[in-house]
Amino acid sequence: MLKFIARRLVLGLITLAILLVIITLIPNIAPGDPARKIAGGTATPERLAQVNESLGLRDPVSTQLTNLGQSVFTLDFGESFSVAAGQPVMDLVFTALGNSAKLVALSLIIMVPLAILGGLVAAYKKDTWIDRTIVNTGLAFSSIPDFVAGVFLLAFLAVPFEFFKVQANAPPGSSILVQIQHLLLPAIAVLMVYFGYIARITRAGTITSLDADYTRTAFMRGLTTREVFRKHVARNALQPTVAVLGTQLGYLFGGMVALEIVFQYPGLGNLIIRAVDRADYPVLRAGVLTVAIIYMLATLAADLLIAWMNPRARLNIGEDA
Amino acid sequence: MTTTEITDDGIVSDPDTAALAIEDLELSYVVRGTPRAVLRGVTFEVRPGEAYGLVGESGCGKSTTAYAALRYLPSNGQIDGGRVTSSGQELTSMSAKELREFRARQASMVFQDPVQAVNPVLKIGRQVAEAFEVMGQSKSEAKKSALAALHRVRIASPESVMDRYPYQLSGGMLQRVVIAMALACDPKLLVLDEPTTGLDATVEAEVLDLVRDLRSELNSAILLIAHNLGVIRTMCDRVGVMYAGRVVEEGTVEEVFDNPSHPYTVGLLNSIPRQGLRKTDRELFAIPGNLPQIGEPLPTCVYVDRCPIANDTCRTEVPPIVDRSEGHWTRCHFPDRLDEIPEPEEVSEVVAVGSEEVVGVHGVSKTFRQRGHDIPALVSVDLGFAEGETLGLVGESGSGKSTLAKTMLGVYEADEGGEITLRGRPMAGKATKRVEESIRSLQMVFQNPDSALNRAWTVRRILTRSITRLTGMKGDEADKRAVEVAEAMRLSPRHLDMRPRQLSGGLKQRVAIARAFAGDPNVVVCDEPTSALDVSVQAAILNLLASLQRDDRTSYLFISHDISVVRYLADRIAVMYVGRIMELGSTEQIFEGPNHPYTEALLSAVPSVDGQAENRIPLTGEIPSPANPPSGCVFHTRCHRFIEGLCEVTEPEMHELSPGHTIKCHLTVEQLSQPVEITEKDRMADVAEPLE
Repeated sequence: MLKFIARRLVLGLITLAILLVIITLIPNIAPGDPARKIAGGTATPERLAQVNESLGLRDPVSTQLTNLGQSVFTLDFGESFSVAAGQPVMDLVFTALGNSAKLVALSLIIMVPLAILGGLVAAYKKDTWIDRTIVNTGLAFSSIPDFVAGVFLLAFLAVPFEFFKVQANAPPGSSILVQIQHLLLPAIAVLMVYFGYIARITRAGTITSLDADYTRTAFMRGLTTREVFRKHVARNALQPTVAVLGTQLGYLFGGMVALEIVFQYPGLGNLIIRAVDRADYPVLRAGVLTVAIIYMLATLAADLLIAWMNPRARLNIGEDA
Repeated sequence: MTTTEITDDGIVSDPDTAALAIEDLELSYVVRGTPRAVLRGVTFEVRPGEAYGLVGESGCGKSTTAYAALRYLPSNGQIDGGRVTSSGQELTSMSAKELREFRARQASMVFQDPVQAVNPVLKIGRQVAEAFEVMGQSKSEAKKSALAALHRVRIASPESVMDRYPYQLSGGMLQRVVIAMALACDPKLLVLDEPTTGLDATVEAEVLDLVRDLRSELNSAILLIAHNLGVIRTMCDRVGVMYAGRVVEEGTVEEVFDNPSHPYTVGLLNSIPRQGLRKTDRELFAIPGNLPQIGEPLPTCVYVDRCPIANDTCRTEVPPIVDRSEGHWTRCHFPDRLDEIPEPEEVSEVVAVGSEEVVGVHGVSKTFRQRGHDIPALVSVDLGFAEGETLGLVGESGSGKSTLAKTMLGVYEADEGGEITLRGRPMAGKATKRVEESIRSLQMVFQNPDSALNRAWTVRRILTRSITRLTGMKGDEADKRAVEVAEAMRLSPRHLDMRPRQLSGGLKQRVAIARAFAGDPNVVVCDEPTSALDVSVQAAILNLLASLQRDDRTSYLFISHDISVVRYLADRIAVMYVGRIMELGSTEQIFEGPNHPYTEALLSAVPSVDGQAENRIPLTGEIPSPANPPSGCVFHTRCHRFIEGLCEVTEPEMHELSPGHTIKCHLTVEQLSQPVEITEKDRMADVAEPLE
């Protein structure tokens, strides 16, 4: 298994290296003068030169690459230009990452159990009104774009009820409970978007598993429905769900831009979009790399979890079960 | 639907003591809101300690009955009437808790496919132990019990098996595990639903032996569901013949199979090749028509639409139960008119096999490469096909039968050195490089017509495409040829405009055969062409193949694991093992013997519907992987006539026993004719070496 993890990490590093090349090239090939965009239209030539200098844009691309490679290993991407001028990039990214982690964690804690439960119940009650309600509700909600869902939640929950907060970011120094209270609405929006998807994947896996002879064997053995689900169905049925969650986790960290904007939440997505907007390349580079690393680790974790669940998958990761 | 069945005292003698008593059970499946009858008044009992068999074709309600015996119904199944009792407890009125208790302690079920019946993600030990934990044993007690249970089903190293995952075990080993789990509670009732259907004949024989031996140790009554009449005959005391959701005949296996009293039973028995029947003797009996759909109203006799002796009485009155002898009854108005059922046709013209070799396989080997290792899947195979000849090819799964077929067809390219010839001229190895003539002359019929035919196309399009590809005919000419070919397959013109999903399994296989015959081939490779079909449909397909051969002088390579079918159709038989031909001879020579020890074991494994005394030679252990073949004779690891110091050292040459009969074995005719002693140790199954 260690060999498998090592191989995956090496593959991940190669992916990161390719990504590194791309994000190094961006300011070189982006239209217009990046320095002018950063420093603003009224900047003095000295200021422009200084920006170019610190971005290394005058250096040959190979030098830019080595420098950026270095900053990856030293975790030092320099200072932000425009998003928060003068602050170290890594401080910005780590703060945003922490914020994103809170939001993603709460979202998953709410969404995953509900969606899995929904999928299990829908499968067990296949073709009844319960099944149809779960599947159709999920489908209806996931067809709403997340920011629209966010706006709806603001209008129907945050406006009439004081309990729900318009701003996802709690005031500094708030207790965990208050922070959760503030994060509740975007987490509910994630639930609305993902519930249908995850529930349907779970439902499909569960139907296959419920239909299998080993499930019949378990029922014939006199186990209760609950025991059959817990001991026999779950581990088989949830493998696709875990795989999907693995890929979605990476997406949630960087892709909740719209929700973060609607709820004015300083997460990673928000940071990256602001960096793009203001051509703050150091922040952009660090942010994109961070999302890529999370994505890689999340899928690796999902694969390991599946290998734990399914002995045959262990063969793929080089473990002889 | 009228239900005039009255539970007859002779059928269910005592529901209070019977291991299973099913009385007048009516059951339907709700399809799109409408209940459709599946069981139309099933009545029978399984007495304590007895083995009762249910036979019938697919769709007759056998499995539904088996599930109903443990009250396990699909979510759309509903019981409309009747009672199911086991030792006096009525299942139909049990609470969920009582039912769980009943399943945990008193009844067990074994399913068809052992690979599906065990949970793929749990170790064997965990699953077997669970069966004991359900009965209240502690974890450590359950583990001990599990070890003992695996030992009881003759697994030589239970500790090692406990620690494995299902995918690391063979089908035969898994079925032992499943049986061990089923016997955990020492059940009063053991339901076996087609327990050996997916297994090789040799493994089937082992599993059946095991169940039979265990019966004497246990007090279980057995309900055995099987479509294989031979399995029922060798395993059961009594048998019920089911048709369209009703038991139509019941009695001891001897009475029912030797003295059948219902037209359906007669049809079933005549549709299988029995007592060494050959294609030159007579045709097989194909029951005309199809099984009624579920839910179809069948107010009188359920078999009336397909019965060759039905008259107006049969169409207006429900047949009574007619006693034939002690405990043997039939649900037929006219059991004394059964001799009016027309005999299957005698085969008048016997066409002799030609002498010229049409297709030849000379010294053909096929080596696959996998992860840097050579896997010799075929080793120097020599075979010849004379005009109009059927060569039967038998051997266990994994022996290389399909590889040989695919190499002949050019799906795989044979290794350098060997050659496949058409009328003496070598063909290219790969089908894509063969000239049209070679492609046309070698065609294939697959086991599963569902996946062999394009589901989106009509039969006409499927056929005309093949005709155009193989003969170059186009447009009207091709269409005319398609009609001709279809007619030769006894397909009616209306079938031409149907799509495969609108056809029954038998009709689909006819289309697949028509496709193969579209270009007038010389040799048709038939890879298990009837093993997915019911016996009555199988009979029609075998008749068709035999008659096409008489008319067109086509040769067949006929691959099947059903020895009696091979015997019926084949002129010569080749026996394969680990990619080598171990024995080749005329069908008479093979069945008269003496044989290669492997053939001897294969032949002894076949359960016969004729109930001959059997002296089975066990073939325990697994077929060796061609990646790692045993030294010397490849069969020496499983051979009951193994000679130490010779067989594991030297690979025997193929040599002639008598003209046309060759074997690959060191033993002499005299040695091979000696009977062998079988010890208990020979019957223990062991796992193969741990997988890499």
